[in-house]
Amino acid sequence: MNQAVALPDALTMPLADIDVSDPRLLEQDAWRPYFARLRAEDPVHYQANSIFGPFWSITRFEDIVAVDSDFKAFSSEPIIVIGDAPGDLPLEMFIAMDPPKHDLQRRAVQGVVAPRNLAEMEGLIRSRVRDILDGLPVGETFNWVDRVSINLTTQMLATLFDFPFEQRAKLTYWSDLAAGTPEMAGGDVSHEELMTGMMDCLQTFTHLWHERKGRDNGFDLITLLQRDPSTADLVDRPMEFLGNLVLLIVGGNDTTRNSASGGVLALNQFPGEYDKLRANHGLIPGMVSEIIRWQTPLAHMRRTAAHDIEFRGKQIRKGDKVVMWYLSGNRDETAIERPDDFIIDRSNPRHHISFGFGIHRCMGNRLAEMQLRILWEEIMQRFSRVEVVGEPERVRSNFVRGYKTLPVRLHPL
Amino acid sequence: MPSITLIEYNGASHTIDADPGKSLMQNAVDNGIPGIDADCGGACACGTCHCFVEPAWRQASGEPDAMEEAMLGMRPDRTELSRLSCQIQVTEDLDGMVVRLPEFQM
Repeated sequence: MNQAVALPDALTMPLADIDVSDPRLLEQDAWRPYFARLRAEDPVHYQANSIFGPFWSITRFEDIVAVDSDFKAFSSEPIIVIGDAPGDLPLEMFIAMDPPKHDLQRRAVQGVVAPRNLAEMEGLIRSRVRDILDGLPVGETFNWVDRVSINLTTQMLATLFDFPFEQRAKLTYWSDLAAGTPEMAGGDVSHEELMTGMMDCLQTFTHLWHERKGRDNGFDLITLLQRDPSTADLVDRPMEFLGNLVLLIVGGNDTTRNSASGGVLALNQFPGEYDKLRANHGLIPGMVSEIIRWQTPLAHMRRTAAHDIEFRGKQIRKGDKVVMWYLSGNRDETAIERPDDFIIDRSNPRHHISFGFGIHRCMGNRLAEMQLRILWEEIMQRFSRVEVVGEPERVRSNFVRGYKTLPVRLHPL
Repeated sequence: MPSITLIEYNGASHTIDADPGKSLMQNAVDNGIPGIDADCGGACACGTCHCFVEPAWRQASGEPDAMEEAMLGMRPDRTELSRLSCQIQVTEDLDGMVVRLPEFQM
């Protein structure tokens, strides 16, 4: 699409021309009226001419739950983003597999983020959050994304992988490469940089794998993969090894990072909610769910029709791309009251779509919630206000709804 | 009204007068029983209303269908007694049923 051309008027353009795959919609924070119009006028919408090829959009909350739950009609193979993978990087990962293979590979690693283990990690996370917050300058402008959001999630990822701590910035770098490819989700990473970075990622983890082989007391993701019969030889299947690494890295990085920034922005846009929070820190757990809904760090997940199927009166053909717009579902006024408002004391805050539903539902959802809960508990112990002092710079993508920068200034208690 | 007992992981026991025609999950939520999250609201799509039906009540409460099996399969703490409480319809036949709640939902 031509970047010099302004976005079309969502309210007057022909319905058939609405193309919610345009990565500028998130970059310019202009997506709301396009999805609102689709939800109201054509909730299961066909776009024939996007640069990602033709695709269906599912925009209502309940329809998304239905598609997400029906893994037989709506396959996760070969890929779960709107575009296709580069031909020379045919990654395989369990989020983009159907049962039974999906189930086996997911089971191998999901124990690491089960709440029982999270309880053991809580103290470590809290001490790291404290260190991060105690190192921040009070009263001067800095970028919250770099100093807090990225720092926090990168440390967490290094812990989950038992990755060399001093090299942890590599994890974030690889994550940004993998999620930023133009052909998959409209990002701006060059192909050469992507391939160089992915090969470095594969080599680094292959080395770690062999170094760790035979260790029987670890509880990091690599050791778990080695210990489970279904993934014990994963290192011998490089594109599957790399794919699952990318999945776990992106899953633990982009998501919580952008919710950690989005929460700050939301509280600044809704100062009455910040007042409520200052008056009652007990609202933090519910607020965390609301942040994850309001932010919706991953805007979509894609499925591919496994057979012809009629869905809400539309004839979907075998092989068609079917894109569930979580971002739209979370703003569906028929499922969520005042959905565009950030309300930290909703009666049912967990009823949102950001984690997806069905067998591919986010594996790390409790870890994400715990990180954000601890972050806000510790912020409220230190600062009366995290003030947003300028416009955030947003990521160009139709998949990651995120921030590059968020300028803030801290106010002491 | 059928009487159903839900026992939390820490041993706290709650006996409720359940409303037939609603799911066990909905009854638990309506009665404010801790330990059932039910994020998806009863669509068999999130797995956060997981519970363990005591063996004596296994037959009366029914068998999980394919979708419920798929969701239960994602639970690291799944046992042969596992059910999603949103998929158990309360009937008079379940009067006296005992259900245990897991250590965590995820």
